[in-house]
Amino acid sequence: MDQYTRNQKILWAIGTVVVLFYALIPVAWILSPSLKTPETIGDQSFFPSDVTFDNYSAVFEEGLGFNRALLNSIGIALITTVLALAFASMAAYAITRLEFPGKTLILAGALAVSMFPAISVVGGLFNVWRVVGLYDTWPGLILPYLSFALPLSIYTLSAFFREIPWDLEKAAQMDGATGMQAFRRVILPLAMPGVFTAGILAFIAAWNDFLFANVLTSTDAARTAPVALSFFRGASQFTDPSGAIAAGAVVVTIPILIMVLIFQRRIVSGLTSGAVKG
Amino acid sequence: MAVAAQSSQSPAPATQHSGLTDRAKAERKLAYILCAPAVLVMMLVAGFPILYAFWLSLRREDLRFPDAGEFVGFSNYSAVLSSSTWWNAFGNTMLITVVSVVLELVLGMLIAQAMYRAIFARTAIRASVLVPYGAVTVVAAFAWRLAFDPATGFAVALFNLDTPPLTTHWGSMFVIITAEVWKTTPFIALLLLGGLALIPDDLYKAAKMDGATAWQRFVKITLPLIKPALMVAVLFRTLDAFRIYDSLFIITRGANDTQSVSLLGYEQLVNRLNLGLGSAVSILIFVCVMIIAFIFFRFLGASPERR
Repeated sequence: MDQYTRNQKILWAIGTVVVLFYALIPVAWILSPSLKTPETIGDQSFFPSDVTFDNYSAVFEEGLGFNRALLNSIGIALITTVLALAFASMAAYAITRLEFPGKTLILAGALAVSMFPAISVVGGLFNVWRVVGLYDTWPGLILPYLSFALPLSIYTLSAFFREIPWDLEKAAQMDGATGMQAFRRVILPLAMPGVFTAGILAFIAAWNDFLFANVLTSTDAARTAPVALSFFRGASQFTDPSGAIAAGAVVVTIPILIMVLIFQRRIVSGLTSGAVKG
Repeated sequence: MAVAAQSSQSPAPATQHSGLTDRAKAERKLAYILCAPAVLVMMLVAGFPILYAFWLSLRREDLRFPDAGEFVGFSNYSAVLSSSTWWNAFGNTMLITVVSVVLELVLGMLIAQAMYRAIFARTAIRASVLVPYGAVTVVAAFAWRLAFDPATGFAVALFNLDTPPLTTHWGSMFVIITAEVWKTTPFIALLLLGGLALIPDDLYKAAKMDGATAWQRFVKITLPLIKPALMVAVLFRTLDAFRIYDSLFIITRGANDTQSVSLLGYEQLVNRLNLGLGSAVSILIFVCVMIIAFIFFRFLGASPERR
């Protein structure tokens, strides 16, 4: 990296700062109104003149339903992730390791599902879910999330599984390990980073959804946090709920932000391997 | 897929009498068992509802008048396609898609270059660029709405705007597109960065020796070599942008004539409970997405199966 001239170095340093600014500025925007008092929320200034955490305590108060929505979000996203990983690992293993007709069809089908516009299936689901009793329940959201997380997970995992030197399994068996031991001790540790990466992507996708959660829920029973946010109203019709919305938005963002910061390398490798190599 | 097709032809030896060896049969059986759950879920939640939506779209089906359901053929489609509401929404959606994908490409390329050449804070940049990707779409949309809102928006005061953007059509479109671009440029930047990392440095050095300018090097070396990554990124982003719903729902809810096709479908299905018309809109969106994907695969050489 020392083939750069001084001017180039300055240029790329400025570039770095601009990129950082670009990525983080709207985060600051949402933080600012969450710290404003009701009296100053409409003052149109960027920095809150007197900082308050009242919005945060207000968000967690009973009656708003936000606690329950957070719980729904966490539970639904976690269950989706675990199931997606289980199903996708099985399918990806079969696709990369076994010989069977229909392999191409499954991959093409998964690709087609990943390009599906959600709005095209949401109406049908809405009607069927009402009839079979899945409307406004956890499974009623987990199923659609699963079907949209699966293609992504199958592609990401296949890309990872393809890179694993599967001969190691045989070598371990030659050295006296049983088939299961060989798989558990040798292959599984090699596959784990891929599984982990696919899991993070599936979790983020489920956590981010708005359309399904908005159409397929109606009460606190299964309403997720992003939808709950969009339903926030002020204490009366004359109070502006912006402060509470902003506080709730920050709360929803924090878990995802922590995940992104901790696992950023895996996310990058997952996004690039899954989408580019497929 | 090319890989899968190739390898599925190769072994399967010893096909004398009954077709397959026991071993190959067992392998097939295992494979089907392993794939079954994933395939079933995808068929149940994506395959079936789309067929059901097609059936609904051929009927008069309104939840407010449940007994008046009847088969009406393609009249829902002619109703949608002859309404200005659909064409307005379609125009808005196309505009948002084209403008945001173009902006994302340019910005994404710049950011990818900056990340690739970054001389300090490399990890910090990579991590922060992922923030928009990880941010919940609804939250991002709220950030942009609150910033430009006539009541709370500091951006209105900051830039000394005479009319708050969210009160006009073009202002609203500007905020919607900017929110979309902010949120998804990192995705493109990361894919492009992955492409850039694969280009051998020697190529640039050789070109430099031969006197190629920076622009020439970019056009003759960088662009052709990252084309596969670029095409995949553009394909997925185009399809995504065409389905825009979340941020629009939060920022304007279709006010100031900013409706998108997805929002229109949502309104028909959920607010008006008109399943027939709503399903016709859904199916039309599905057809549009298929056409876009087909154009990319057929004419622009995008192929996500590329190794």
